[in-house]
Amino acid sequence: MDLRFLVQLGVVAFTFFMLINASALLVYAERKVMGFMQQRYGPYRVGPHGLLQPLADILKLLMKEELTPKGADRWLFTLAPILAVTAAFAAFATVPWGAETTLFGLLDEPVKLGVADINVGVLVVFAITSMGVYGIVLAGWSSNSKYSLLGGLRASAQMISYELSYATAISAVILLAGSLSLREAVDGQAGYWFGFIPRWYVFLQPVGFIIYMIAAVAETNRAPFDFPEAEQELVAGYNTEYSSVRFALFPQAEYINMTTAAAVATDLYLGGWHGPFLPPEYGWVWFLAKVGAILFAYIWVRWTVPRYRYDQLMQFGWKWLFPASVVNLIVTAALVLLFNV
Amino acid sequence: MSETLVFYLLSGLAIVASALVIGQRNPMYSVLLIIASFGALAGLYIQLDAPFVAVAQIIIYAGAIMVLFLFVVMLLNAPQEDAADWDRTHPLRRPAMARVGSLLALLLVVQLAWALISASGMDAPVGAGGAAAEIGSVRALGRVLFTDYVFAFEATSVLILVAMIGAVVLARREGES
Repeated sequence: MDLRFLVQLGVVAFTFFMLINASALLVYAERKVMGFMQQRYGPYRVGPHGLLQPLADILKLLMKEELTPKGADRWLFTLAPILAVTAAFAAFATVPWGAETTLFGLLDEPVKLGVADINVGVLVVFAITSMGVYGIVLAGWSSNSKYSLLGGLRASAQMISYELSYATAISAVILLAGSLSLREAVDGQAGYWFGFIPRWYVFLQPVGFIIYMIAAVAETNRAPFDFPEAEQELVAGYNTEYSSVRFALFPQAEYINMTTAAAVATDLYLGGWHGPFLPPEYGWVWFLAKVGAILFAYIWVRWTVPRYRYDQLMQFGWKWLFPASVVNLIVTAALVLLFNV
Repeated sequence: MSETLVFYLLSGLAIVASALVIGQRNPMYSVLLIIASFGALAGLYIQLDAPFVAVAQIIIYAGAIMVLFLFVVMLLNAPQEDAADWDRTHPLRRPAMARVGSLLALLLVVQLAWALISASGMDAPVGAGGAAAEIGSVRALGRVLFTDYVFAFEATSVLILVAMIGAVVLARREGES
């Protein structure tokens, strides 16, 4: 019992550590992939193949002076980045990333790989992610700068618009899984159709998966939907006035949010830790590989597609994405009733 | 014991935050304090074995509605409220309005007191333990909502739709297609 508690605590600490690592690695991956796509090498000097570049970046930011603009709301100006990064970490709390394991026979009872397993897990991820908006909105408002304010305004409007499609796409998967627990959704995707097609929900929900991915890009403020920080129009948007560690927390929150969105997509659509060739104890390898593939696609899209116009973003979200997700939900509900899958 | 402590902590937070909402001069802080109050309420729902209601409270109220509030406050960029600047000729500031307001407030207090009195004598939530978890489950909640309370549910939906159409009609300028 005690050992099991310690192991569970270890899993929690490990998840936290991996999320910090994910944000550092994604900074590196982003610059490296961008470099290759633009026929450059990307970071190369610090460490082998520039692998220690994120460390150098963080050190540099730590050494910088922390500035607070005149007329800024000091309280909220400090609170905003903390809020953003706290919500980003907390949102991962109900995302499972591996099957139950006894750690190669070390434990009598298996532990679940993931921070917490509760029966409304999907909704908790969703609720905490929606709290992350406040970090960006408050940063924009408290800076007392017109560019920041515009960035914050855009963030609030954009996230409200795309949260709807996001949630409706997820509802269709919940109908298939018959549960709001992410772990049960993953367990529902074990096995194969006709012996070779994995029973992943992405094959039953291709439209839903596409809608989810598009909405997730908008939710995490990534290009081509990075309007809250559109450089050409708003200097740097909501984080224009930030410097030093307080600035560093915003990209960190963004990268952790990306990781969470990719992990939820893996759990809901891509079968989580289920995959061929590997024994179930090594399911987390599959999980990591799938999350990595989605994150690569994120970076790929960012450096391929130019930014839209703000009104195009709103038109697309409300007139195309949301109706499509509603139709997808209705069709799924009808088919679930018909075939009772 | 610890459960009682958490209860008082959360209720205290909810009450203090709600009280401070009224006292703030800056509308931005008022919005943030309402969010804190909603968060504390969500914690109380979890204590009542209703995680779904708690999460719905955060998603809908704290997450969606309050973001729109913030949006409006930021869009208007409302300056600090100043007592001297209040428009004394505003129709809402007539004495008749004050009387209607006090009457409504009194009604609310009476209703709350009645609810409290009728609830006294209950020392645990209805169906505490396993039964409460059963009642709070999404499946049970959905079933009840779409059978026993379907009229209330549909009526609320229509009400929201009417409000939405009303807002669109009001916002539309004349002569626009």
